[in-house]
Amino acid sequence: MEHDHLEQLENQSVYILREAYANFKNLAMLWSIGKDSTVLLWLARKAFFGHVPITLVHIDTNYKIPEMIRYRDQLAMDWHLTMVYGQNKGALERKETFPDGNITRLQCCKNLKTDALKNTLSGEWPRYRLNLQTGKYELDKNKDPYTGVIVGARADEEGSRSKERYFSPRDKNNEWDVGDQPPELWNQFKTDFAPGTHLRIHPLLDWTELNIWEYIERENIPITDLYFDKGTGKRYRSLGCYPCTTPVESTSKNVAEIVAELKTGKFVNIAERSGRAQDKEDGGGLETLRRDGYM
Amino acid sequence: MESTRIPTPFAPTGIPGSKVEGRIRMNIVIVGHVDHGKSTVVGRLLADTGSLPDGKLESVRAFCERNSRPFEYAFLLDALKDEQAQGITIDTARTFFKSAKRDYIIIDAPGHIEFLKNMVTGAARAEAAVLVIDAKEGIRENSKRHGYLLAMLGIKQITVVVNKMDLVNYSKEAFEDIRDEYIAFLARIGATPRFFIPISAFNGENLITPSDKMPWFKGHHLLGAMDAFEKEPPKANQPFRMPIQDVYKFTSLNDDRRIVSGRVESGSAKVGDPVVFLPSGKKSRIASIEGFHALPRTEVGAGVSIGFTLAEQIYVGRGEVMVKASEVQAEVSRRLRINLFWMGKKPFNPGKTYYLKLGTAKVPCRLEKINYLIDASESGGQTKSAVERHDVADCVIELSKPLAFDPIARLESTGRFVIVDQYEIAGGGIVREALPEEVHVAASGKPSLLSRSTLGGEARARLLNQKPALVIISGGPGRNPNLAAKALETKLIGLGKHAFYLGLEDAQESESLQTSESGNAKIESGWEAEVPAAILGQAASLLLDAGLVVVAAAKGLDSEDIKTLENLVKPHALLQLEAPADAEEATGTTAGLVEEALGKLRGMGSI
Repeated sequence: MEHDHLEQLENQSVYILREAYANFKNLAMLWSIGKDSTVLLWLARKAFFGHVPITLVHIDTNYKIPEMIRYRDQLAMDWHLTMVYGQNKGALERKETFPDGNITRLQCCKNLKTDALKNTLSGEWPRYRLNLQTGKYELDKNKDPYTGVIVGARADEEGSRSKERYFSPRDKNNEWDVGDQPPELWNQFKTDFAPGTHLRIHPLLDWTELNIWEYIERENIPITDLYFDKGTGKRYRSLGCYPCTTPVESTSKNVAEIVAELKTGKFVNIAERSGRAQDKEDGGGLETLRRDGYM
Repeated sequence: MESTRIPTPFAPTGIPGSKVEGRIRMNIVIVGHVDHGKSTVVGRLLADTGSLPDGKLESVRAFCERNSRPFEYAFLLDALKDEQAQGITIDTARTFFKSAKRDYIIIDAPGHIEFLKNMVTGAARAEAAVLVIDAKEGIRENSKRHGYLLAMLGIKQITVVVNKMDLVNYSKEAFEDIRDEYIAFLARIGATPRFFIPISAFNGENLITPSDKMPWFKGHHLLGAMDAFEKEPPKANQPFRMPIQDVYKFTSLNDDRRIVSGRVESGSAKVGDPVVFLPSGKKSRIASIEGFHALPRTEVGAGVSIGFTLAEQIYVGRGEVMVKASEVQAEVSRRLRINLFWMGKKPFNPGKTYYLKLGTAKVPCRLEKINYLIDASESGGQTKSAVERHDVADCVIELSKPLAFDPIARLESTGRFVIVDQYEIAGGGIVREALPEEVHVAASGKPSLLSRSTLGGEARARLLNQKPALVIISGGPGRNPNLAAKALETKLIGLGKHAFYLGLEDAQESESLQTSESGNAKIESGWEAEVPAAILGQAASLLLDAGLVVVAAAKGLDSEDIKTLENLVKPHALLQLEAPADAEEATGTTAGLVEEALGKLRGMGSI
């Protein structure tokens, strides 16, 4: 039987998601609300036949574009998701953020994203869980650390991600030892790990930005409309915090137009994250962040 | 708009203006000895085919100038900082480029011996390989080792390029000497390269156009050879195999399907086909093919991640292989002859217990003996007592329970395995054949040190007004059988029945915990009988003899464990139920399971 490329990608991602579910007791999936992790969420529904038996975790920096939060909660209600968010409340209260003018962009990412992520995953900081009956967030009783964390990183995004494994270990300090990664062959993944360590799982590693959009189009996946031009001639290509993410000039108004634009248009040779200011702060901003546990 | 760029390596790109739809992709790995020029080959291919982002080549040239270093194409691939510092590829980097024919993902695998596991990772993903040999240095240890590993990894399409031909004055003789020697080596391990090409990657000779420096060479240039590789034909004509990843029963949203899930590794199956699960040998028929947001289907082929419902409800679980009753069956054995390559820091020792992972099965294993070692530099068969790092060996292993598999000559995907040492994948290999099993002491055959009451069970049943039964509530990850089991115990006591709860740690997990916390001390005893199922069975058997209804919660039991339990608690009845997937979410679903259990216990005449 012949499969087109998107089907091959889907089959592999579904396989990885099921392996993750079979091997990890405390499993979480990071949902940034962006297109990649939303495709990941959709693939989980494929893998588990319409159900999502995995907790979705969102790191809320408090500087996300408000539409993103509304979209997140709507989808969580519609799809019966186990939805949890975590936040660096301390840094926000002390105004240790870039928008407050007190620290650099990279330090801000570390505070609001990396530290919030680490402490939310470990259960050291409070987690807030959506009550599907009331539509309100409540303090989550589950404080166990997540030992498997599913992330929507793609190998084509930037250099450090091109070296990732599908199952990628993180040590006690969340650090990624890029020089000593486990072998990965014949769909056998690293699923054994020492206490205190955890694994990052990357089902979308082989997908490209174009594949993501083609799949969204094929499956008709509901996606936040921040990606579309609504008459201003601008749209977001990559979603982050509003102080550090600038829209690109583009008149693509729907998924089909984005696919066409990516295939033939002006973005062909321009990196997707070029609208993300924190990547440019030092020689390898994103890699510095990732070694320290950034997604 | 301002076209800002990230300073770290390159994003994937296409050739500007390329509009070909529905293009085929191919994964190609580049291997070879360290410093023979793999990254230069890839870097130059990217540059010459126009596959680099705008300005990338210029910015790398400028970087080299600023730092007073000669420009190298390999720098284009040096995606990570420490890689640039060391000047060698430490991991497999994936890069993308296009020819007129198709899209390529180039996997640049490290040549340094220390990074063998990374080379293997890269090569295992590939459909074809380019092996680089330095014309001046000639065939080195890793040129041979990589050649051998490619054959073991199942990569049949290999192009060998003899690089740096400029350093040997584009000499025909130098090229042919290397070619003849290497062809002779590959022949010894049963491999034949598709193409042999003299190139100079740095000067772009024979890369994407024929070289006028080597008019004596009439074959394909490298890009032409890559385009000549064929996609692997579909595996539809092979016997059907699907290793079970899980059996799902998600009760939320009123879903009552019980879905046997996995990916079809070979062959095809359709609704109505009689199927067998191995190693348990249980039989059923495919009732339906399940999917989400997919067109209904009645047939499914190789490569598809799918789910089936069965006509007869049988207990099967992760680790078993689903095959068709009408086709050649997978083999089942506890002793295997294998070919193995070892990547672990510690050697593969006969005295120690490891885990073998094949398909979705994970079984404790031991090295029984090494038949011979395959040396990369010599073809000889020296003897050793352990398989050391970077060794390749033909050996015999013994498993603690039966495994379903195929010999590599019949099927590849169910004939390959990895071996886990503690937490790490330390070895990989292929199964050559099943060997006759030695006699093992079964878990139930172990004599008990306790003597028990021999008073009749009948009288006891009358006294307690119930017949003893063991209720096993099992469940995979994400399920909470403890909660359901305790709820059932409470309910039974409330009904005036004599019930007793027993909980068992996750069978799979507790085994790996044992290895971790105290070396291999505990798992050693686990080899014979002290598997979690046996512990549970022995305890339950006592309580059952005392006339109780035992409610046991256990995660991670496989069908072999259930068999062990059945043997241990004979002649008492065993009832098995699955915990709902979301027991911890809503107690409503636990109540459903409790009712189901009560109904069945009444049906059995137990209560």
